[in-house]
Amino acid sequence: SRQCGLLCSQNYPLYIRSVPTENELKFHYTVHTSLDVVDEKISAMGKALVDQRELYLGLLYPTEDYKVYGYVTNSKVKFVMVVDSSNTALRDNEIRSMFRKLHNSYTDIMCNPFYNPGDRIHSRAFDTMVNSMMMQVC
Amino acid sequence: MEQGPAGGSGPAAAAAAAAAAAAGTGGLLLPLSETEQQRYSELFSRCCPPPEAAAGGSSVGELFRASQLPPDTLHQITEVCGAKRVGYFGPAQFYIALKLIAAAQSGFPVRIESIKNELPLPRFMALKNDTEVRYGTPAEFHGVKFQVPHATLEKNSYKRTDEGDKQEPKSPPMSPICSPPASPSTYQRIPLSYGYGKARSGLEQQHGAPYEVRHSTHQQDGPSSGNYGAKSALTCSTPNRSLSVEREQQDSSSQYSDDPWRITEEQRDYYINQFRSLQPDLNAFISGSVAKNFFTKSKLPIPELSHIWELSDVDCDGALTLPEFCAAFHLVVARKNGYQLPETLPETLLPEYLQAACLKPVRECALFDSYSEPLPSSQQTRDFSRAEKSSTEEVPDNSTLLQDGKKDDKQAVKVSTTLKTIPKEFQHLTVKAAAQEPNALRARPRSRSYSSTSIEDAMKKGEEPPTPPPRPQKSHSRASSLDLNKIFQQNTQAVRSGWLPPPPPALPPRPSVSQEVVLAQPPSKPARRKLRTEAQGLETPELSPTINVTSSLPAVKPHLPVQKQSSKQKRAIQTAIRKNKEANAVLARLNSELQQQLKEVHKERIALETQLEQLRPVTVL
Repeated sequence: SRQCGLLCSQNYPLYIRSVPTENELKFHYTVHTSLDVVDEKISAMGKALVDQRELYLGLLYPTEDYKVYGYVTNSKVKFVMVVDSSNTALRDNEIRSMFRKLHNSYTDIMCNPFYNPGDRIHSRAFDTMVNSMMMQVC
Repeated sequence: MEQGPAGGSGPAAAAAAAAAAAAGTGGLLLPLSETEQQRYSELFSRCCPPPEAAAGGSSVGELFRASQLPPDTLHQITEVCGAKRVGYFGPAQFYIALKLIAAAQSGFPVRIESIKNELPLPRFMALKNDTEVRYGTPAEFHGVKFQVPHATLEKNSYKRTDEGDKQEPKSPPMSPICSPPASPSTYQRIPLSYGYGKARSGLEQQHGAPYEVRHSTHQQDGPSSGNYGAKSALTCSTPNRSLSVEREQQDSSSQYSDDPWRITEEQRDYYINQFRSLQPDLNAFISGSVAKNFFTKSKLPIPELSHIWELSDVDCDGALTLPEFCAAFHLVVARKNGYQLPETLPETLLPEYLQAACLKPVRECALFDSYSEPLPSSQQTRDFSRAEKSSTEEVPDNSTLLQDGKKDDKQAVKVSTTLKTIPKEFQHLTVKAAAQEPNALRARPRSRSYSSTSIEDAMKKGEEPPTPPPRPQKSHSRASSLDLNKIFQQNTQAVRSGWLPPPPPALPPRPSVSQEVVLAQPPSKPARRKLRTEAQGLETPELSPTINVTSSLPAVKPHLPVQKQSSKQKRAIQTAIRKNKEANAVLARLNSELQQQLKEVHKERIALETQLEQLRPVTVL
């Protein structure tokens, strides 16, 4: 199972989705705890060049049976993805491309003038994209 | 709905289809007699060619209109039968609708319960093989208390239909809004404004309006159908855009009759004009914030607008090109008419599709302008004549009830005459402006300045040019009167707090006048509420404030007859209330605009913070 969480700079979730939906709370908890790791990494970056590499934080930490990947945008919006450790087919590149897709969808949402930054994301297009992405992996 | 123990006389296919389409009515078992089943299936097959499962909206509309029920009843029927829910007239919905028509013609209220009884067959005027006679005495309803606004409406309409009048009561389109109980707080216009739940009532109008409107051009019944079509065009739930859209639908050929996602020529012209008003260069973009302000005026909820944007901004650039704008506008219009928003953009709204089409009308604009001009004006004259007719009708009806009825008639007539002078302006504010002009001398110069504020100009731009004049503004007649007074005072206080420079100067004089009037005439309020139920519509209240205020001045003079005084004071109250409601609306819009600005500034701040953090050697989060 996978979970994809999107958090904003004030560390409250804008969007959180879990597939399949059992143990959702556990994944929510994981995502929130991984925020600390993200913050760590960001602060460690220092005077970072803004490019894709820096945005992608890589494997934040592996735990018992799942791995957590992080990604941060230029406006300090954090993307966190939790995947099963058993899913060894997932390679780093794939994770990167997934984050890129997420980021693109997120910018599309931002283009919508009716979307206020900081609101929860209710965009159907975004949902569709996330669903398709998660289905791909599971 | 299943056709219970109905005889097998009906075509098996229809019965099977009806059973299969056990859709929106929630499993209601509806027994039909043999004759009923026969007749209904006949009508159904007439309305929809056998291979299809659902009746075409246009033929259904024609049929319903032939039943000579007032449009509000038909809207109600459409809603109750479940067609709105499933979005089409399947056999189940159609049969229920026919039953409801029969019930309505018999004088029963349009409810599911009333069709459980034995009823005669519905009567359709234009059809040759009509059988039944409708009994029922609407007269009995006539005596029912007129307190209940939409009940009053229905009773009046029943009475009229029974008398064979082709006259539509002024506020029939209001009844769909009223039928969801207690919609007094809605300032008439938008049921959608208070949530998706209420959107259902708008949806029924969608069913009522489009097919009825479209086929009013095919009507041979002359003025009645014309009025009917005009009336249905004046769906109250759809303020400006949808109104003009519907009228444009009516005017246009019905070649795309049943596709709500296809933009007709008049619609496209209108959209292009609106685009021009926002952005003179047709090849350029409308920025996101401009578009947002514009579409926010439609008073759709933000999530819906957000979804509409998502659908229409295909290239996701935060700006709308002309075809994208047309698509978005069309979606807004459709939503206001009650259509559910699609998940993906329909083909006919794709920018590529619209691009080709959009460029054409620009050239053919001249042709269409000349074509559409006489039609809207004729439409308007029809509306006006209807308004005037209905106002004159109102007199005999109301004379037995309230003496104040006459006031409304006068107001209505005055409304129509005023409106004739401004065919292209959109009711709400523009009517106010128009109303202010005749009264400018006596009334308040400040209100003129109020109408000329940039906000109002912007709002006027955002509204529909083709005017549907007497919008049955029957809205919040009774219960709202009380609330309005509170809002009244709150409004004046908000105004005095210096919220915005333009509105405040306009408001203070009015409240003081009307408050005096209000205090002076507490007993007249209940009567006024009843009055409101027969009010002509938005324009009437719009005008009535000014009329009332001005008339309240002469009312102060002692030599005027007492009756006129009280009525004028009532009008003054109404006027003041309307004015305040408008002011409220203006302020609310202002508020939303400022909120938007705040959001933008916030975005900028985030961007700047990001830059700052990147520049810092050590980032502390």
